[in-house]
Amino acid sequence: MNIVVCVKQVPDTATERKLRSDDKTLDRDAVDGVVNELDEYAVEEALKLKEAHGGEVTVLTMGPGKATETIRKALAMGADKAVHLSDAALHGSDALSTSYAMAQALKKIGFDLVILGSESTDARTGVLPAMLAERLGTPQLTLARKVDVNGSSITIERLTDYGFDRVEATLPAVVSVVEKINEPRYPSFKGIMAAKKKPVETLGIADAEIAADQVGLDAAWSEVVEFAPAPPRAAGTIVKDEGDGGAKVAEFLASKKFI
Amino acid sequence: MSEILVLVEHVDGEVKKVTLELLTLARSLGTPAAVWAGPGITADAKAKLAAYGADKIYVAGSDDVVDHVVAPKAELLAQLVADKAPAAVLVAATAEGKEVAGRLAVKTDSGVITDAVGLREGFVADQSIFGGGVNVQSRVRRGTPIVAVRPNSTAPEAAAGAGAEEEVAVSLSDGAKAARIVERVKQEKGARPELTEAAIVVSGGRGVGSAENFAIIEALADSLGGAVGASRAATDAQWYPHQFQVGQTGKTVSPQLYIAAGISGAIQHRAGMQTAKNIVAINKDPEAPIFELADYGVVGDLNQVVPQLTEEIEKRR
Repeated sequence: MNIVVCVKQVPDTATERKLRSDDKTLDRDAVDGVVNELDEYAVEEALKLKEAHGGEVTVLTMGPGKATETIRKALAMGADKAVHLSDAALHGSDALSTSYAMAQALKKIGFDLVILGSESTDARTGVLPAMLAERLGTPQLTLARKVDVNGSSITIERLTDYGFDRVEATLPAVVSVVEKINEPRYPSFKGIMAAKKKPVETLGIADAEIAADQVGLDAAWSEVVEFAPAPPRAAGTIVKDEGDGGAKVAEFLASKKFI
Repeated sequence: MSEILVLVEHVDGEVKKVTLELLTLARSLGTPAAVWAGPGITADAKAKLAAYGADKIYVAGSDDVVDHVVAPKAELLAQLVADKAPAAVLVAATAEGKEVAGRLAVKTDSGVITDAVGLREGFVADQSIFGGGVNVQSRVRRGTPIVAVRPNSTAPEAAAGAGAEEEVAVSLSDGAKAARIVERVKQEKGARPELTEAAIVVSGGRGVGSAENFAIIEALADSLGGAVGASRAATDAQWYPHQFQVGQTGKTVSPQLYIAAGISGAIQHRAGMQTAKNIVAINKDPEAPIFELADYGVVGDLNQVVPQLTEEIEKRR
């Protein structure tokens, strides 16, 4: 089985994240980049499926040069090879253009299964997996907390508000995973050393047959008009419980008409 | 005024509160038209949609629309966008609502905005990003604006609409039926409101200490008619089911009232609840970062404070 895992480099949520004042895109230079957490679960699931069914795991990432750090981490975990979609023309792409560019790259790479995290910790739009399924014309098996593959058929448990749905489809398919699905492995020393020798192919937009007028800031279907840091919350009232803490909260709730 | 399509969220024939919020919001920008996907629309549901301003109710009553994952709903909306040329399409910013919005955006070559917490003239949307750290105004530049609006962003207000029903025959592509739902497993317990749309959420964290002790969190939530949430520490410890996790890798909630009991308030958790209108924190540790967000905080043992609070609430009703 030919599995492609899409991973994204995102700013570390522990650091202060900013938008650039010039073009209102994420300031990637101001922060440390890490692998989007849910994408690590996607890498783990791909490795597990490979271990059970054989095949190959390819990592695909889109982003500037620094994103190679993300590729190295996935390779060190055990992925076989990587494709880095990197081109200055991609800067400022929104979800629609990102999904288009990623879909073009995926068509070029070829796949039985695409796996990725259900959302990223930076934009948190949660739309990319569904957009990829739409663009690739493959079944959408998103929000998976469990994945089973049997020959060419695939079943997932899709997380819902009331529990889960069992969903069936045939490969090829797009799967997105939630954090419940597994426990990502740590790269071993051996894995880290081996990762250095694994092939990483860099694709520009021409290589992946991506139309320049469909990507980047100028093509974006939506735009940020204005932004500002959120005003700090006004300091609240903090009291020490002296046996009447619950009653005091009740007073507060009553003053706000909740009770 | 131009029509604004609102995708109805419904469970067992009941219209969810978020849909009434979206109809209220749509009314300030155009003429709301509700879109009901799937079988089971009731007279009550129709009356409710009309009571909150739906001028039209488009009904696509076939099983096919709901027996497959997301794609059929996007095809239905895309067909309506082509037929009715609405000014915008609004969906609830739930995990599924956002997926529908994403596919619809690709199908109609339109921009999409997710997690809007407000929407103004010209379809300029307010968003709160980076875990509540930055406020953004965005707008769609191409196509029909598609906006996923966070539950609890608007107070629902009744205003009668004509509620004229129009059946929609939707012809689904084979592709839309590719992922088939073969079983729905309901695990939610009790009659609590759904987490992402609850006006009141009571969450427990590491400080709760055990699965059994979540009973005191549940009792407080029930006394307020609220939903129960949990921090990642609590769901990782398997004290509470994963689908109730609030935070960066869980649900985003934006309730009128959020009560955090035994939750330290790590950035991971804050990302999922920071836009709550009122925040109450109960924690033993006076240094817990959750107190920086709290409108009202109690430094104390939740085992004492929470039951006392529940008792006080019961007394007052």
